Amino acid sequence: MTVHTPIYLDYSATTPVDPRVAEAMIPFITEHFGNPASRSHSFGWTAEKAVENAREEVARLVNADPREIVWTSGATESNNLAIKGAAHFYSGKGKHIITVQTEHKAVIDAVRELERVGFEATYLQPEPDGLIDIEKFKAAIRPDTVLASVMMVNNEIGVIQDIEAIGNLCRANNVIFHVDAAQATGKVTIDLEKLPVDLMSFSAHKTYGPKGIGALYVRRKPRIRLEAQIHGGGQERGFRSGTLATHQIVGMGEAFRIAREEMELENARIRRLRDRLLTGLQDIEEVYVNGDLKQRVPHNLNISFNYVEGESLIMAVKDIAVSSGSACTSASLEPSYVLRALGRSDELAHSSIRFSIGRFTTEEEVDYTIELMKSKIDKLRELSPLWEMYQDGIDLNSVQWAAH
Amino acid sequence: MAYSDKVLDHYENPRNVGSLDKNDPQVGTGMVGAPACGDVMKLQIKVNEQGIIEDAKFKTYGCGSAIASSSLVTEWLKGKSLDQAAEIKNSAIAEELALPPVKIHCSVLAEDAIKAAVADLQSKQTGKKEAA
Amino acid sequence: MTSSATYFDHNGTTVLDSRVLQAMLPYLSEQHGNATSRHSFGRASRQAIDHAREQVADAVGAHPSQVAFTSGGTESNNLAITGIAGRYGQSQIVISGIEHPCVTRPALAMQQRGWQLQTLPTDSHGKADPVVLQDVLKADTSVVSVMLVNNETGVIQDLPAIAEQARQGGAYVHTDAVQALGKIKLDFADLNVHAMTLSSHKINGPQGAGALILDKRVDIQPVLYGGGQEKGMRSGTENVAAIVGFGAACELIKQELVQRTGLVRQLRDRLESGLRAMGAQIFGAEAERIPNTSFFAFPEIEGETLVMALDRKGYAVASGSACSSDSTEPSHVLLAMGIQPDLARGAVRVSFGAGNEMPQVEAFLQVLENELQRLKRLTAIAV
Repeated sequence: MTVHTPIYLDYSATTPVDPRVAEAMIPFITEHFGNPASRSHSFGWTAEKAVENAREEVARLVNADPREIVWTSGATESNNLAIKGAAHFYSGKGKHIITVQTEHKAVIDAVRELERVGFEATYLQPEPDGLIDIEKFKAAIRPDTVLASVMMVNNEIGVIQDIEAIGNLCRANNVIFHVDAAQATGKVTIDLEKLPVDLMSFSAHKTYGPKGIGALYVRRKPRIRLEAQIHGGGQERGFRSGTLATHQIVGMGEAFRIAREEMELENARIRRLRDRLLTGLQDIEEVYVNGDLKQRVPHNLNISFNYVEGESLIMAVKDIAVSSGSACTSASLEPSYVLRALGRSDELAHSSIRFSIGRFTTEEEVDYTIELMKSKIDKLRELSPLWEMYQDGIDLNSVQWAAH
Repeated sequence: MAYSDKVLDHYENPRNVGSLDKNDPQVGTGMVGAPACGDVMKLQIKVNEQGIIEDAKFKTYGCGSAIASSSLVTEWLKGKSLDQAAEIKNSAIAEELALPPVKIHCSVLAEDAIKAAVADLQSKQTGKKEAA
Repeated sequence: MTSSATYFDHNGTTVLDSRVLQAMLPYLSEQHGNATSRHSFGRASRQAIDHAREQVADAVGAHPSQVAFTSGGTESNNLAITGIAGRYGQSQIVISGIEHPCVTRPALAMQQRGWQLQTLPTDSHGKADPVVLQDVLKADTSVVSVMLVNNETGVIQDLPAIAEQARQGGAYVHTDAVQALGKIKLDFADLNVHAMTLSSHKINGPQGAGALILDKRVDIQPVLYGGGQEKGMRSGTENVAAIVGFGAACELIKQELVQRTGLVRQLRDRLESGLRAMGAQIFGAEAERIPNTSFFAFPEIEGETLVMALDRKGYAVASGSACSSDSTEPSHVLLAMGIQPDLARGAVRVSFGAGNEMPQVEAFLQVLENELQRLKRLTAIAV
């Protein structure tokens, strides 16, 4: 068994560029380098044609009209444009926004910014399985609710929200509905002909495309309008100015084409690997899967290992590249706000690991990971006074800790 | 985060991991920190008849720097009197391990653990003298 | 076929330097980490970005901590204008009359939201006068933005003097230096500005990367919120490959600036002597200009028509700035300089760069002369 370490199991953070995508991009960084906005010479025309082909590929993956696809620098910009752009444009209707505590930072922080300029926001708490209770969503809608933003697939725990049900509620109540689908493309089927969604954010680099490029779907029927966030030359019909990075757009188009064609087979393979990983890790005592296991993309497994500390866990597993439930800011170690919203204790949130499996993951890598986790968790628990107390039958919640 | 070689060495090969009998009158136990804060250190010292620390053990739930800090002090404690042990300062630990500013609290916790273990032992021994 | 055509539109965008491409390629394949990740893949990306930050800083006399990466010049300009003016409340914004739309439009958007907008006039060379700035500055002016080099004319502003005047008035100074980088020596400290916009694809780097060089004493309000990258100034997963390419392109500029500018100056001078002989008016020629750019018009010849004719003959030139070449409105830059609209409609821009050589210029002048004759005959028939 030959396994090269470190093993990459962090496909939800970013994916490698598929070699076929890189191959499609290279000509547009070298010979076809025109500025697509340069209409007066053929260098520009070649670039423009490639950009429009890519727009079609992105639209096809989600069954939309190419004219509904606006290029951006990535999902963060798409989310900012959708949320701030729609909230400001439609603020005459009302100034209340509904979102969810487990959204990506780019959504949460855009909504927080709107709160600073006079909007009100409801941050729904999901159920302990990470899913939204539709009744609670319904109850949160007010007459002045102008916008709702709910992600399709959660980046940390991989759960899939019922976008159709939420969208129907939004339609019925005349609420603009934005969906962050950065983690969904190539993993779940998206049909925007059917889904009652007004705005949807996409990222290339989560789907084997390059970094620095994304898109926003903006529904034409009924037409959704937005206040631009980046102003200038008026590219992208004024929604988003700035010279388009042709090679990156071409890369995103190719990545989304591959996703459309290969998604079904790929997901089946990834599901087998994820189930193998899950079975292996469940041999370890005191492990907890975070998030619902059924309504979830197969690529994600998020597990908490009780009685080991998060940062030492990450140090111990440096042979595998994964994300932990501790967001290491410069000064302190914050437990994942997503896991906390699920009601996980700080300790379990800290000691969680997100394994995300992708196109290039092999069975050998999964097996290696299982063995590595078993031995490292053993070692850390040997060091852990909490594990010792647990084995002595002490209820840790009854202990008076000398908090410092 | 970049760890110093010394932290990595203690983390990879922690010294004196384990537990002593906390009911032994010669053993002092200090448990500091809290799970919610991300660090719990249990430090135990055992003194001989002359009051010199002859054994020290630890278990730590915490980051690499916390593990290294407690591993390091178990080495330092052996052979010291209780008074000498109580003089170990967090700054010396931090310096020895080249801890970055965000990890200084790990050395503070180790100092606290020593003090707690020494205090536990002293209270046991005072109790013993009073009983006698 | 585009590959057989001669490219004279380097102010629009540039061809990627093959050495830059080599630096980028690993980050389009095996080095794919998200720079926010703490594992080795992430750290490798973070290190690559830090290195690029040093290269960019080094090329413009700034400190690496003053470099914030963005998706490009447009975003940097938006960040500077809305970021500074937005942070200091409903204040006055002063911009010159010859700015790129990605300065003008965010300023107009701020005006719609209640900010005051004042345009700083320019003289017949397209230069803003610091003395006039003194007159328009108000107590609540938050930001003054004057581009260092105009994208159409190539005229260089006296930024240190403008900055000094703005500072005395208590305002922050931003300059769009996108067209200056790689064409003149650029020093952030010497310019005395608070913020400076740079773009990668204008200097033989990739599209998709730019920077805002920012004096850290200036508090700025982000345009994009989220993961808190770039010290919170610009959230979003870093475009590592493009940033690495931008850094590499900056390093090459630092090494090759004198050699590059020397060559394009010879080409431009040869071009302009030919143009003058054919009766062209060259805009901004009496002012100090960057060495690669020539912006000119022939009376009675429509610029757009001439550009299309030249394209058919295999020469890529521009009729104005690429971003506005959709419209047939005369260049706002020329109008601001007091050029008559009829003449301004004739404007054509040639901008030289890597790969251009003297025989191309000689051949171009020949083709241009023929096309002018042909177009004049057509015009005569039409009349």
